[in-house]
Amino acid sequence: MIKPEVSAYGEILIFVIAGILFIVGGLVTSWLIRPKRPNPEKSTTYESGEDTVGLAWGGFPVRFYLLAIIFLLFEVEILFLFPWAVVFAHEGLQEATSGLWGWFAVVEMFIFLLILALALAYAWASGFLDWPRPDWEPEKAASGPVPKHLYDQFNQTIK
Amino acid sequence: MMDFEALTGKLAEHLGGPLWTETDPSATPGALIIQPENLLKICEALQKTEGLYFDLLSCIAGLDNGPEKGSMEVIYILHSIPYGHKIMLKVMLTRNKDQEPLPVVPSVSGFWKTALWHEREVYDLFGIHFEGHPDLRRILLPSDWEGHPLRKDYQHQEKYHGIKVAY
Amino acid sequence: MGLLDQKFNSGSIIITRVDDLINWARLSSMFPMTFGLACCAMEFMSAGTTVYDMDRFGMAPRASPRQADVMIVAGTVTFKMGDRVRRLYEQMAEPRYVVSMGSCSNCGGPYWAHGYHVVKGVDRIIPVDVYVPGCPPRPEALIGGLLKLQEKIRNETLMAPKAIEGWLAESEKV
Repeated sequence: MIKPEVSAYGEILIFVIAGILFIVGGLVTSWLIRPKRPNPEKSTTYESGEDTVGLAWGGFPVRFYLLAIIFLLFEVEILFLFPWAVVFAHEGLQEATSGLWGWFAVVEMFIFLLILALALAYAWASGFLDWPRPDWEPEKAASGPVPKHLYDQFNQTIK
Repeated sequence: MMDFEALTGKLAEHLGGPLWTETDPSATPGALIIQPENLLKICEALQKTEGLYFDLLSCIAGLDNGPEKGSMEVIYILHSIPYGHKIMLKVMLTRNKDQEPLPVVPSVSGFWKTALWHEREVYDLFGIHFEGHPDLRRILLPSDWEGHPLRKDYQHQEKYHGIKVAY
Repeated sequence: MGLLDQKFNSGSIIITRVDDLINWARLSSMFPMTFGLACCAMEFMSAGTTVYDMDRFGMAPRASPRQADVMIVAGTVTFKMGDRVRRLYEQMAEPRYVVSMGSCSNCGGPYWAHGYHVVKGVDRIIPVDVYVPGCPPRPEALIGGLLKLQEKIRNETLMAPKAIEGWLAESEKV
């Protein structure tokens, strides 16, 4: 009997090929059996049934990208935490180092987290997380003819 | 909280005489029946006089009495949050016949911002023009609708965008 | 044009089997478009919850008409909304189906006499496959309507319906 030898990379390759086949197969099948009767209304952009206003090439505040990058930082952190959590309590390693391995892993991970926290603190201190607020003051907004102390009295009565 | 007589007394004193044609104390809340040209003066006095301070416009209602009576009304209900007063203002209008311009009421949106939407709704459904409203468009019905549906003699159009309207 | 669609002129054993396969696939994954217009939408939502579990029919609500097969018109269609309903229906991928849910979208419901703003039946705007009566219909009724729609799809064929064929021929002439 032939036992096929597939390396770990080979498995990934099979995975990728199967994934591509799956997607292409679905697309080809639907291309085979779909009806196609386009009309101008069907080809318009979907905007919840409304007429579209303006172009899709509008500008976004660059702050969104900064936030996204900071978010990515912590995404990567989680990515590193998973393999760490697997080997952290490895029994063989624990026995071989008479328990030192666990301490080493914890300290190492906390140093890693500290570096990331420092990066966040740096971003915070540099003002990357600040958002421009509307200069709205409640005192200015309530500009009716009624003096404020009357409202204060009223608020006392309904307490 | 003042009763209706005290309220109208104070208002008349401030305005230098009653600017309303009659009062209706049996209405809930008590009502002043006024002509459209006096509306803004009365509203200003109601909102800004010390001791009255009507700072909340609860609602605006339109009313069509039908082509036989030939009159329409716009009804404002006002509250004073600091004192708890309530009052109703009924503005009497002459109903327009076909092809005549819409009846006109001055807009009170300068005093109460709430009026912006309420007046659009009354305009939409009753066809009463609010003079001085910054953006008087239909608010509920589509902008190309014909007629004002809550009028007594309203006849809906045959078709809207190719869809038959009647059942 | 898809390769198979409307390419068969008469029935045969092969086309019957292909029909069965395609219809089975279509009726087992009818994605409804989330489209609530009034109180019927509440019943539609509860039909999607674990109690009634619309998922067991392979029905996952989609937020875009491009991904949806079934439009469940759940509620009162006003004239202002009518244009949007028509456009959303046009924007759905074919084959597409419409379930009219509740009295309002069936025939105008309580607004049939004095509702100046209500379309007296969504079938005046778009073609309806299944009507579900009720005001609002319970989720069981909606699921019943969807099962009826499945029966309808089961009997479809790749041979284009005669009506559409005629309409296509006519539009090609012009």
